[in-house]
Amino acid sequence: MIPRLRTVDVRKNFGATRALKGVSLSVAPGEAHALIGENGAGKSTLMKILSGALAPDGGLIELDGQPFVPASPLHARCSGIAMIHQELTLAPHLSVEANILLGEEPAALGWLNRSRCRHLARGALAELKHEGIPLEAPVGSLTIAEQQIVEIARALVGNPRVLIMDEPTSSLTKVDTENLFGVIARLRERDVSVIYISHFLEECQRISGRFTVLRDGESVAAGDMAATSLSQIIRLMVGREIRDIYPRTPRALGRPVLEWRGLAGETKPRAASLTLRAGEILGIAGLVGAGRTEALRVCFGLDRIAGGAVLVRGQDRTRATPARRLADGIGLLSENRKEEGLLLDRSIADNLTITRHQPFTRGGFIQRRRQWQATREWMTRLDVRAQNPGQTMAELSGGNQQKIALGRLLHHEAAVLLLDEPTRGIDIGSKAQIYQLMNELAGHGRAVIFVSSYLPELLGVCDTIGVMCRGVLSEIRAAGEWTEHDIIAAAIGHSGSTTA
Amino acid sequence: MNESTISPATPWRARLLKAVNVVGPFFGLLLVLGLFSLSAEVRPYLFTGGNLKIILIQTVIVALGALGMTLIIVSGGIDLSVGSVVALTSVLGATLLLRGCPPAVTVLLSMLAGAAVGLVNGSIIAGFRMMPFIVTLGMMGVVRGLAKWLAGNQTVNPPPGSPVNDLMARTSPTALFPLPPGVWIAAALAVAVSVLMNRTVFGRHLFAIGSNEATARLCGIRVQRHKVLTYSLAGLLFGLAGAMQLSRLTQGDPTVAVGLELDIIAAVVIGGASLSGGSGSILGSMIGALIMAVLRNGSNQMGWQNFTQEIIIGIVIVLAVGLDRLRHRQQAG
Repeated sequence: MIPRLRTVDVRKNFGATRALKGVSLSVAPGEAHALIGENGAGKSTLMKILSGALAPDGGLIELDGQPFVPASPLHARCSGIAMIHQELTLAPHLSVEANILLGEEPAALGWLNRSRCRHLARGALAELKHEGIPLEAPVGSLTIAEQQIVEIARALVGNPRVLIMDEPTSSLTKVDTENLFGVIARLRERDVSVIYISHFLEECQRISGRFTVLRDGESVAAGDMAATSLSQIIRLMVGREIRDIYPRTPRALGRPVLEWRGLAGETKPRAASLTLRAGEILGIAGLVGAGRTEALRVCFGLDRIAGGAVLVRGQDRTRATPARRLADGIGLLSENRKEEGLLLDRSIADNLTITRHQPFTRGGFIQRRRQWQATREWMTRLDVRAQNPGQTMAELSGGNQQKIALGRLLHHEAAVLLLDEPTRGIDIGSKAQIYQLMNELAGHGRAVIFVSSYLPELLGVCDTIGVMCRGVLSEIRAAGEWTEHDIIAAAIGHSGSTTA
Repeated sequence: MNESTISPATPWRARLLKAVNVVGPFFGLLLVLGLFSLSAEVRPYLFTGGNLKIILIQTVIVALGALGMTLIIVSGGIDLSVGSVVALTSVLGATLLLRGCPPAVTVLLSMLAGAAVGLVNGSIIAGFRMMPFIVTLGMMGVVRGLAKWLAGNQTVNPPPGSPVNDLMARTSPTALFPLPPGVWIAAALAVAVSVLMNRTVFGRHLFAIGSNEATARLCGIRVQRHKVLTYSLAGLLFGLAGAMQLSRLTQGDPTVAVGLELDIIAAVVIGGASLSGGSGSILGSMIGALIMAVLRNGSNQMGWQNFTQEIIIGIVIVLAVGLDRLRHRQQAG
């Protein structure tokens, strides 16, 4: 039988980063195929290529035996490839109906066929057993779960031949998840192929017959779901060795400096608890979307605390603004360096010293000479390669940018550092330097919360590690008591003790 | 959390909010009229047919501009060059009439000139992915200069008695009817643009681009082409506004309509549109344009000086947008 969709050795580079090194995949008509891999394995890049949002650098794609190079999202859609995105891609002002039909409105000479619009939208919602969502309501007024339903309904409207689902259940309730599985079964009867991406391996096991495992941008294995155990799949996902770039000096843990007691945000986290002591590096592992970033944001006062308590050095400091947290000596390194973490078109000196200008202000005026002097000292200490402190951030490499972002917390003399993916997108040399720095800081009695999706670094750097799963963080163990396998199992809610 | 019963906004509440959104600008208009009628001197005159006619005629130019501007703002853009386009097209119209061009062709060419400016704006914005604010700010200067150049730095007086002048003529000044053709044309176009926005695929995509451009692209909407089309279409309406300006002054004046773009943007925003795109309505924008005209008319009759009017209109704009923010916060909460 000719496969519905086949890729052979698809490659994609972003600058020097080789995001896809060679992915081969084959999906038969009417098959539900699970695509499995760790965060950053290249799943999203592959899906963006298939749905026309990115162009591949090499390799072959075939649709029903014909060579297929999607030129744009429109082209992919017209060719019958529909995609349900992990991050919702809805237009919040538009009605439910308009969102479902966006780009595929039934019309004659540009005139909307309104009754047909309603009919199609209602049909798609009915298929998902959600006739109750009002067609006229603006999507922005719906709950996240309902928005996800709308997103899925949009993919169904076009009668796709291949439906790609990227983590469709991450914000669905159990009942809705079951409904979705029902829909997938019905789609398969109609000979629609489904590519199912999920970190929840049980889900993959339930709905799909075959799987492909991606690791570090390559397809490393494919096989029958039924003939493969979860444990084997997890081993295929991890499959790499830990290199010795992680410094570790013995250190004693001091008094608790930060405590979360059932910390909850508006949606995520649901309940996060931890105790962080002076001199401790506490790692938080988990899947993308588990609520780790949100937990740090809530703790730092960026998002509203909906429940639970935050204690700083034993005192209740639940109510907070970022300014108050900074005054308490707590600093946050955003995972989103370019959009949130840094003022890209301002100078190194301004970025480094923005939270603490006092040392070089006189009568409210910043003394440039002393500011630059302090900045130069940090640049030397952090090994930042730049011409001078006046250079704009945008001109620096990712690694150097990240060092400055981290340097801001150091200049602030933060005693507690909340680091969200501090090594994302930077070169291995800078990574090693950042590990070294974290180690030194802990040695001097600072405390660090280290959120990362890269398990080897968590295992290599942290004293203790907790795993967040679906917004819940409770069990924190010494790093030595974890294996990568255990962490992945806990992150997907597979092990008994951490199931939500 | 694990139940399937997700609570949508209860229907009555959604309906109420929708009603408030539609009624809001109406309420504002009534409020303004009500406030002016508190004055014993103004009240007897305010609601006479003759005065209502003046208000309607004064509304036409801002209203036509607001039609185009609503399209642009809903799609997430802005156009600051409207005032200059009105000046240019009014001068162009006057010049054409002077050279013996038939009136209908004159009006049509004025509109096309407006569309041409819009086409340039849209092409630069879409082609180079530039900020609409900057592009149209530049175009504001360029077009104003062109108008002065074309007019030779003075007003252009077309031969008297041209049918173009009848578009905005105030015949039988004491009665509401007959209204000049300009008012009817503006009203008809308002209906047409409203239908375009709500009943066509083009309109839907317009809202989608303003609401979330990335999503629109993902859904296969040709975003850049839509932008070019939107600015051109709006330019057509701005050109017509220029012809109306010519008709009202019976001369082409290159220095006319300075700051008109702000009145137009204010009308659209008072009408409930969001400057970040994705929402807005023609009905709202038209009421907004009427509010602006009533404010000026009432202030004149109160005998208030120009600077008082400017202060009041400034306050009204901020108030209207402030109320709008409040409304949206409740909607979100």
